[in-house]
Amino acid sequence: MKKHSVARATALAAFTALVLSACSTGADVGGGNGAAGDCEPADGPVNLTFTSWLPGVEEAVAIWNDENPEIQVEVQTGPNGNSGTYQNFFNQLEAGNAPDLGQIEFDALPNFRVQDGLANIAACEGLADAESTFIDWTWSQVTFGEEDAVYAVPQDIGPEALYYRADLFEEAGIAVPTTWEEYTAAAEQIRALGGYITNFSQGDVNAFAGLVWQNGGQWFANDGEAWDVTLDSPESTEVAEYWQNLIENDLVATYPTFTDEWNNGANSGELWSWVSAVWGANTVISGAPDQSGNWAVAPMPQWEAGEKAAGNWGGSTTAVFSGGENTYEAAQFALWLNTDPEALTSMNATANIYPATVDGGELEAFQSGLDYFGGQAIYEVFAEAAANVNPDFVWGPTMTQTYADVADGFSAALSGDGTLMDALLAGQESTIAALKAQAIPVQE
Amino acid sequence: MTASTERRPSRRRSPAPRGPRESLVSRTMAMAVMGIASLYFLVPLWWLFVAATKSRSDFTSTAPLWFADFALFDNIAALIAYRDGVFLRWLGNSALYAGAGALIATLLAAMAGYAMAKYTFRGREVLFNIVLGGVLVPATALALPLFLLFSQIGATNTFWAVFLPSLVSPFGVYLSRIFAAASVPDELIEAARIDGAGEVRTFFTVGTRLMAPALVTIFLFQFVAIWNNFFLPLIMLRDEDLFPVTLGLFVWNTQVSQIPDIRALVIIGALLSILPLIIAFLSLQRFWQSGLASGGLK
Repeated sequence: MKKHSVARATALAAFTALVLSACSTGADVGGGNGAAGDCEPADGPVNLTFTSWLPGVEEAVAIWNDENPEIQVEVQTGPNGNSGTYQNFFNQLEAGNAPDLGQIEFDALPNFRVQDGLANIAACEGLADAESTFIDWTWSQVTFGEEDAVYAVPQDIGPEALYYRADLFEEAGIAVPTTWEEYTAAAEQIRALGGYITNFSQGDVNAFAGLVWQNGGQWFANDGEAWDVTLDSPESTEVAEYWQNLIENDLVATYPTFTDEWNNGANSGELWSWVSAVWGANTVISGAPDQSGNWAVAPMPQWEAGEKAAGNWGGSTTAVFSGGENTYEAAQFALWLNTDPEALTSMNATANIYPATVDGGELEAFQSGLDYFGGQAIYEVFAEAAANVNPDFVWGPTMTQTYADVADGFSAALSGDGTLMDALLAGQESTIAALKAQAIPVQE
Repeated sequence: MTASTERRPSRRRSPAPRGPRESLVSRTMAMAVMGIASLYFLVPLWWLFVAATKSRSDFTSTAPLWFADFALFDNIAALIAYRDGVFLRWLGNSALYAGAGALIATLLAAMAGYAMAKYTFRGREVLFNIVLGGVLVPATALALPLFLLFSQIGATNTFWAVFLPSLVSPFGVYLSRIFAAASVPDELIEAARIDGAGEVRTFFTVGTRLMAPALVTIFLFQFVAIWNNFFLPLIMLRDEDLFPVTLGLFVWNTQVSQIPDIRALVIIGALLSILPLIIAFLSLQRFWQSGLASGGLK
């Protein structure tokens, strides 16, 4: 999710090319075994392996292992998906020694789906009834809108809201923006006071996608036969033009996110707000320790006054890999891990996850106000946001490449070379080229 | 390294400079370039050291290149306490991979190089050229094929998956062949044979002693290469208990978005993880110098 060094990115790119050439067989949209097969329990005790980079997930797994002596799960780990674990999964699938289960972010699921890496667990006990347990959009992303299909169990989500400096807004007499139009107006006032309303980071293309998502836009669509790539959709372009305007008028800072200088901007009071996901609370708390009590959370600004649409940034699933022998047990574990209150509480405690379940916001940890946010019960805002995320957003099968190419364009736009719209167009073209190179059908 | 520049002239028989004396301008230029280069390499290290001594709140709020409250030992304690000291385990793993790996790699390279330098046999040059070709292939390019090979025998995610590939050093073979050819006189080997030593004994008692400086170099190179090897463990290992420290720190670094506090541990961990390299260099450097010097005397 985060920036890589150029060298590492290059190495990974070369590596990806190798892997893709090794795996490009059978990369049609529908995949080979679309239908849900049988899902029967094994006769004897089962040992499962589960690769996840969620810090401290072992503790949740230990609860399962205590309760299920016949199904023991071993946790394996690695860097986060885009930093190497996804490539490892593809290698392991190719070599036939993939773990039984793996953590996969929502935006990477289609990639595994087109490579036939995911087992369809729809026929496994309990999965068919699980739909109502999870937030709409997460379920549509793990089923790809197919009938009788479940390719992963949603784990956590990143509903977005507006973090803002309550003290600064109040002091300056600026109302907290509820629409994007007001946000621009506030940005001008804040700039006049010497600050920046927020920061636009070249690297956070998935955050930008969250903004497009909020605007009801799509980057991808799949009609079951071919992919439609729409990075240049009207909604997407509207978001790009909006931020391009802020950038051109020097109304936003342009630090790379999650760096020291960016943290420093938040800590020093230069940056006044941040549209970010629920997990961003910890980033703010850790990055701006001197501003305790000054930050607050409000719903995202809207494109139409009075609406309640929210975007989403991040989130993972637990997937069962194809080719494993213990699909039934793996599916049971995945479902338990992501719905059992005890497990969710444990993962929230160790890794700050916000569950993908409909009543995920009801966890004990989300009930009280946070001192850092002046006692505000910020998770109420995020719970409402989670329920207002467009359920129909679709990720493409080559998001790593799409992110990288759009990020290159964003980077150029920030240095005055081209615009964000140009970046989307370039990303559109390179994505189509990448899909074709993998023999994935594309609508022209 | 400064020690060597002081010592070497005193040993040299004719200290007079060979060419015409360089002008003040060019000397100043050279010094300036050296100075800038040193800064370039040392500032990041300095930053790392300073950052490692800071508490989390000082880290973002104080000047990055100077000290705030000195919390180095608190940070180290926090690092060691985190997740039952898994960091120490990673350090131990790295020491094992790099220490034992470099030792065996050096031995193998020395034997191969010595054999290629001192024995004539059919296909010697072909063999040597193949080894030379191995120098040209970057380790990164071999990681994926190695993964597929180890998958075939079901040995991925084991100690051996990282250890075995570390045992070969084509560059080491090359270096020890060149060095053996130059520093182990045939007469000496002949004398050992006449005295009744077997070939193996000759190698260990005569060959390795004379090749010692080259062997130290090979050991150091291989030690650093294994210690810094990141890609192979990344691909091979899934069990946290087998991670070397480079991979472990990288994994932590990618968790910063979930647990921002872990950043401080990554920084202090990075500082601790380069200490063994510095120690290895400083303690082995004297062998290196004496080797270069004795080579110069010959």
